[in-house]
Amino acid sequence: MSEELFTNLAIFVLSLLVGFEVMSKIPATLQTPMMSGANAIHGVVVVGAFVIAAEANSWPFYILAFLGAFFAAVNVAGGYTVTDRMLGMFDRKPAAKQGEADHK
Amino acid sequence: MNALQTVSSLIYLISAVCYVLGVHMMRSPKTARHGNGLSAIGMFLAVITIIVTIIVEGTIDSVGWIVLVLGLALGILYGVVKARKVPMTDVPQLVSLFNAVGGGAAAVIGIFDYLLKGDGAALSLAFSLPVFLDVVIGGITFSGSLIATGKLSGHVPGKPITFPGARLLNIIVVVAILASAWFMMASPTNVWYVILALVMSLIFGLLMTLPIGGADMPVVVSLLNAFTGLAVAFAGFVINNQVLIIAGALVGAAGTILTLQMADAMNRSVANILAGGFGTGDSDANSAADAVPVDVKETSADDIGLQLAYAHNVMIVPGYGLAAAQAQHEVAELAKVLTDKGINVDYAIHPVAGRMPGHMNVLLADVNVPYEQMKQLDEANPMFENTDVSLVIGANDVTNPLARESGNEISGMPILDVDKSKSVVVIKRSMSTGYAGIQNPLFSMDNTQMFFSDAKKGLQDIVAATKQYLE
Repeated sequence: MSEELFTNLAIFVLSLLVGFEVMSKIPATLQTPMMSGANAIHGVVVVGAFVIAAEANSWPFYILAFLGAFFAAVNVAGGYTVTDRMLGMFDRKPAAKQGEADHK
Repeated sequence: MNALQTVSSLIYLISAVCYVLGVHMMRSPKTARHGNGLSAIGMFLAVITIIVTIIVEGTIDSVGWIVLVLGLALGILYGVVKARKVPMTDVPQLVSLFNAVGGGAAAVIGIFDYLLKGDGAALSLAFSLPVFLDVVIGGITFSGSLIATGKLSGHVPGKPITFPGARLLNIIVVVAILASAWFMMASPTNVWYVILALVMSLIFGLLMTLPIGGADMPVVVSLLNAFTGLAVAFAGFVINNQVLIIAGALVGAAGTILTLQMADAMNRSVANILAGGFGTGDSDANSAADAVPVDVKETSADDIGLQLAYAHNVMIVPGYGLAAAQAQHEVAELAKVLTDKGINVDYAIHPVAGRMPGHMNVLLADVNVPYEQMKQLDEANPMFENTDVSLVIGANDVTNPLARESGNEISGMPILDVDKSKSVVVIKRSMSTGYAGIQNPLFSMDNTQMFFSDAKKGLQDIVAATKQYLE
């Protein structure tokens, strides 16, 4: 086993353990936003899309690079936007109250 | 390591820390939004780093730039517009769609590297195993999540789809996937091997998701979300990029825990859900059990209006039917009419009400229901004794008193004690059973009245009736 592969494997296993630990019991209210937030994080695959685009040198590879970039960009941009919209609804109450008070 | 690699590795490490802290902060409602923001900052850092890296390294050619920028621009445009425009009832299918493309992107990276590095030569196991896992898991999540999106949005029938020979076909597909793994690892690169792996995993994704009922989809979406995390981590092995490995593994593990918690809240096991054939989801209206049994009392919108107008404490129990009918505006309007006249209104929200755990809170928050009125299960249950009218809207199993007894599908599931309130009004389209497929004795109790209507239409009529009595 190369040193590079071993390092990556160690990082992989330890990151799995961090993932298990960081996600202890969460309230049901936050499960949907949490899923969406995790979904946005794997949008990091966009970094991989840059890497392959830099290596592409003929049409089949250009097409794959385009597909990768498009897919990953939808994932990361859409993922963060929709998660933020969902969570924004939870902390709108004080602001909405404020608005009502002003009207009265 | 040259200077650029050192700096970029350190920045990737910082962005990985942002993801972990972001997920940690998302566990509490107070810090959740900042958590997502922190994770987005991590993502921004990672993207800036890779842009600088490819500019400095300079291997990318002009066509490469064009396809990259074009793909990114179209993707960002599509993703952001979709995410901003989507109605809150349709969020689950959108998350599933974003998950599908994430898996697709991971699979594309695997295919790309296999074809580029291979070049007809035999590849080492250390290279082709991650490629294989990346392509197969990415392919499964791509097609599986698209089917889940279709089921949640109604483009694919929500009922479990099974056909004779499905089991045999499943076995053939799994054998073909294993064969493609063998070819990819033991022989020189051949484009057909990776195509075989991709096509078979796409078919496997379809076969896995089609037999599962629409109401179980949220758990499936969450599971596929964890899968995509793993696919992205393997893509990280393929291109030797640590930030992909860390973030992918983080989502893979955290997503698995989340899936287990969701299944738990729905009183189902993940294995049970994946076996399929359970739950009909949207079929409430046209099921065979439409006939009204004689022992339930029917009521009218007018009568409900009268009851509500003379109540002191009203508890609204929203369920899947309310989310499906998109009646959240009407329910908020009714609550406002009542609270304006000094009647106490609260919402009793079961953890799995709506289309996904926690989804009902999002829907109600969207129509400006005050946070204090949303009572979770533990808070709501002691309040039913002092409730004059409980208004159950499109909810069924979460109110079923049979859960307190043993020996049935929902035994032990936490329920809302609606039957303890003085009067219960159930708005429902028909007498058909809920998701668990069992009768609900609540409907034939002495203090229960049924109002057979679509949630949206029914609530509009009730609002009109209530106003008339309150004026």
